[in-house]
This record gives sequence, structure tokens and C-alpha cells, in this order.
Amino acid sequence: MQTKTDMNSQPSKSMHWFTFAAPSKFYFLAKKLIPFFWLLAIGLGIAGLILGLLFAPTDAVQGDSYRIIFIHVPAAWMSMVLYVAMAFWGAIGMIFNARLAYRISNSIAITGALMTFIALWTGALWGKPTWGAWWVWDARLTSELILLFLYIGYLSLYSAIDDKRKAAKAASLLAIIGVVNVPIIYFSVKWWNTLHQGASITVTKTSMDSSMLLAMLIMTFAFWSYTFATVFTRVNYKTLDEESHTDWVQKELSSMGVLK
Amino acid sequence: MIWSSFSDFIHMNGYGPYVWGSFIVTFILFYVEQRSLKLFRKKIISSEQS
Repeated sequence: MQTKTDMNSQPSKSMHWFTFAAPSKFYFLAKKLIPFFWLLAIGLGIAGLILGLLFAPTDAVQGDSYRIIFIHVPAAWMSMVLYVAMAFWGAIGMIFNARLAYRISNSIAITGALMTFIALWTGALWGKPTWGAWWVWDARLTSELILLFLYIGYLSLYSAIDDKRKAAKAASLLAIIGVVNVPIIYFSVKWWNTLHQGASITVTKTSMDSSMLLAMLIMTFAFWSYTFATVFTRVNYKTLDEESHTDWVQKELSSMGVLK
Repeated sequence: MIWSSFSDFIHMNGYGPYVWGSFIVTFILFYVEQRSLKLFRKKIISSEQS
């Protein structure tokens, strides 16, 4: 056991990242971070909407329909990033048999599916005025639809198995296998001759007006913040729900009940 | 500001239904997600107190 003087003399060594693998530690860290992410999400969201809807110029080719980009692209990026994150935490859960990692993976799935749906929905509303069709069986669109099915498959598989650990293991395995779809979505516009336009921004060049680009990036950070706030909240509620037998959860729940 | 009036802003040069259909549905979905989390929270607290 470490003495107090040890901890004081070597603060960096007594701090371990694995500390947060304990659900209680993660809970209180996430609880502190959630309001901060909400503040960012709302602040950036308002700024991005004002810039994107009131100040960014009308596109020369697509007219004002292009403004859908301010949610379409952030949602599409999130849909892919979240899928990889979900599979990553699923893999960590399988390797270390860690229930918190599984819980994070599972908490990402719903928000990921939501982002995928938003990307598809806004894509349909953008496709109609631009291509004349709500939907085409184009490589980009089809692979994004497969992503939605993977999320739904993950969630249904998880809820179909009664044993929580077995459910998490099976769903994580599906998530890991499905990761191959993510680079297919990303590179589909390069690999195939798609109707979907290519990337407007890459690391080296951008083909957008600076205010359009800025609004899109601000909205992307707003979506990131929203996602962190939401996923952390869901992880915490699941912790309270699934670990209600522990003393610290009992204590936390009674303080929440009083505050309600 | 690039719009000369509020109705211009709503109209979006004819693309209003597509643009607003995207933004409004997105916000409704975010709202529904937060609402369901609130209900989950309520359920946890009430199941503990019973």
C-alpha cells in the first residue's frame, strides 16, 4: 500500500490512466466533463449556424441547397468516427474483459446510428435538388446505408442475448468485422465513379470559400461536443443502472433522487 | 448578413424545404435522443426508490 508521502513525492507515478477503467472513477470524471461539452456544443452550434445560414455566401453552382453541408458532412464524419470508436472499445472490452469498455462501445452505438441516419436523411434532401433523385444506388450512399445496418445489427444483437457479457462480446465481434466498411465509405468516391461529389476538403487543399469551410468546421466541433456529452451521459446512466448493487452508486442515486 | 429579408432567409432561393427539412429533422432527432436519456435517468432513480 502506498503511503501518503509516497504519493506526494511522486504525483506523476501515482496517477494511472487505468484508474479510469474503474467505473466509479470514470463516472465522476465524465460527470465533471459533461457540462463543459454541453457548453461547447451549444456555443459552437449557435456560432456555426449563424455563420453558415446567415453569412456564408450562396454557392455558385448548387445555390442555397449546399447549406445542408453544415450538418450533412459533420454527421457523416461522426457516423464513421463513431463506428471505429465503437469497434475499438468493443475490442478493448474483449481483450481485457472490461465491462466499462463494453459499456462505452454500447453507448456509442445509438448516437452513431443517429448520426448515420442524419447523414442519409440530409443526403436525400440534398440529392433531390442536386441530382433529381432522393436516392441512388451509388457506392458512397450504399456503403453508408450498410453502416446504418451494421449499427442496427450491433444494437439488435446486443439486446437479443440475455447474458450481458455474451451479448457485448457478440456485438463487439460484429462491430470489429464491420470496420472494413468504413474505409470503403471514405474512399468510395475515389475508387468508383460515383454520383456523390468527391471530398471538398483534404489535408492539402480545399475547394470551398473560407466562411463556408469555417462554418463547416465549427459545426463539426459542435457535433463532436454533442457526441461526447451524450455518450458520457449514457455511459454514466448505464453504470448507475447496471451497478446499482454497489455502495457508491447507492449513494449517488440517493443524492440524485433528492435533487430531482 | 446575406439576406435582405426574413422571408428571403426562409425561402433560401427556392431550396427552403430541403434546407429546413434537413436542419429541423436533425434537431428533432437530437431532442428525442436527449428526451430518451432523461426518461432513462428517471427510470433508474424511481426503480431505486421503490
